[in-house]
Amino acid sequence: MTAVLEVRDIAKSFGGVHAVQGVSFDVHEGEILGIIGPNGSGKSTLFNCILGQLAPTRGEVRIDGRNVSGKRPSELNRLGISRTFQLLQVFPQLTVRENLILAGQEHKGSRLGRLFGARDAGLGAAADRMIDFFRLGHLAHENAGGLSYGQQKLLDAAMAFMAGPRLVLLDEPAGGVNLTMLASLKERLQAINRETRATFVVIEHNMEFVMALCSRIIVLAEGRIIAEGEPAAVRRDPKVIEAYLGH
Amino acid sequence: MISPRLAWLLVALGALMLVLAPIDLTGIGIPYPGLKRYGTYIMTLWLVTAIAAMGVNLIVGYAGLETLAQAAFVGIGAYVTALMVKAGWPFGLAFLASGVAAFAVGIMLGFPALRVRKHYLAFVTLAFSVLAWLVFRNEQWLTGGVMGIGDISRPTLFGHTLRRHVDFYWFVLAITAVLTFALWWIIRSPWGRAFTALRENPIRAESLGVDVRLYTLLAFAIGSAYGGLAGSLYAPLVEFIDPNPFALGPSLLFMLMVVVGGAGRFAGPFVGAAVAVLLPEWLRFAEGFYLLIYAVLVMTMMAFCPTGIMGLAERLLPARRRPTAAATAPLLGEAKP
Ligand SMILES: Nc1ncnc2c1ncn2[C@@H]1O[C@H](COP(=O)(O)OP(=O)(O)OP(=O)(O)O)[C@@H](O)[C@H]1O
Ligand SMILES: [Mg+2]
Repeated sequence: MTAVLEVRDIAKSFGGVHAVQGVSFDVHEGEILGIIGPNGSGKSTLFNCILGQLAPTRGEVRIDGRNVSGKRPSELNRLGISRTFQLLQVFPQLTVRENLILAGQEHKGSRLGRLFGARDAGLGAAADRMIDFFRLGHLAHENAGGLSYGQQKLLDAAMAFMAGPRLVLLDEPAGGVNLTMLASLKERLQAINRETRATFVVIEHNMEFVMALCSRIIVLAEGRIIAEGEPAAVRRDPKVIEAYLGH
Repeated sequence: MISPRLAWLLVALGALMLVLAPIDLTGIGIPYPGLKRYGTYIMTLWLVTAIAAMGVNLIVGYAGLETLAQAAFVGIGAYVTALMVKAGWPFGLAFLASGVAAFAVGIMLGFPALRVRKHYLAFVTLAFSVLAWLVFRNEQWLTGGVMGIGDISRPTLFGHTLRRHVDFYWFVLAITAVLTFALWWIIRSPWGRAFTALRENPIRAESLGVDVRLYTLLAFAIGSAYGGLAGSLYAPLVEFIDPNPFALGPSLLFMLMVVVGGAGRFAGPFVGAAVAVLLPEWLRFAEGFYLLIYAVLVMTMMAFCPTGIMGLAERLLPARRRPTAAATAPLLGEAKP
């Protein structure tokens, strides 16, 4: 079985800062992989290199065994890969529903077809389902900018699922989300994973969240993988404990 | 926000008033003598200006880019039409060619926008504006240089010449209606949503599959084409063109119109163009003070209502009631006051 995502020796430097230094791993279909590591260990930079927001200094990314290095983010997205960013990224002046329709519309039909076709690109019903799924029903017609931080965070995650992606990379989905909402977010992600067999890679600082959600965890420190394995084993690993507590 | 039904009613009413504007209604008991020749001419100029401003609104207001070159595109359209009409081509063809030419040059101007944004982009378009004006002025063999091109005849429609101001006014009004509808359609389509996404967060848009490069070029191309089409109507309206109306100053004015009218608001360009074209006529009594009044107006406006006149209107209209978040929010663990 080939992996959905293969990351091979990815490295990225910003001038003298070696943010990522040769990271390789595979992600298999239906898996929920967690990536943890101290602040500045290169997690977000790794995501940006995988998804084309940044050009890696070296290394290769493969999707279903095909090299996709150098593709633009929009092209990767249309291959069925979506993501969220660490910092909130919704469109504040569009309504919640419009945000969701936008998140799926570029996958529907041809560009010219969309110009002459339905205003909601045929995604109205799907958007409403997603709104219900993330329990944002009462906010559907509010501008996203007017939502609370946690609600925007949920919308942000919901947007990543609108196009029915096969692979989703989430950068700190739980950051700034309160406990009640966190439980609901975890449950939503697990439900989507069960129902669609979508594969997830999740960067997260919230240990409980990661441990409960992921089947496997990779630990980054100073741009390198220092540990990898099942949540319980990773938690006990002395190298991991040192990376978090050391210095 | 006003309800969509009321909005349509207002649009229909406005359209009817525009159609009737040059007609003497005293005969049917309405004390309205109709616009005179000059008034009709000014109204036509307002429509033509609004078409070009609509293009700027697409580029600046919706797609969040910058352009200080719209007058150059109006110039491209005006010269293409003038030259073609003088060479004996039918106006319809010249009109299309003007749009196509501006569309093509607009795409080219869009390329720098893929690399730079905000004021850097503004400066790139400003440089283009100067360049275009130099071509209009210096390429005498083609454009007639500072002497310009005169005797541009007005089109004929089904064998009926539109030489009279009022006929040409109705002709321009009809074209304005079509172009307004076309832009409204684009903006309410998924394309419009993509343009807005481009304005609000291009990186996120790109990550959601929105081809930011393509939409940037499209915004520039379509917006500039509106400039070209406006120019194509401007040439037969004034019947004589020289490089002056297509210089940098008028380009700045187009940007100002959009900002004053309300950038990213559909009716903004019409309001902004009215302020720029009609207001000076009403302020004639003020003579030299006109510019002063105008400047103070703009400054006050920008300080107190940066969303423009349409933004102000929206604020003054009673807000449409929306279901509030408060009732159900606690379920999601949100304590929203
Ligand atoms: N655009 C950039 N330019 C320069 N340096 C950068 C840039 N982006 C990241 N870095 C540096 O790269 C290193 C890794 O940053 P990154 O954001 O990937 O860390 P992270 O693991 O996501 O941290 P956090 O947990 O705090 O989000 C940091 O030292 C950071 O300062
Ligand atoms: Mg990070």
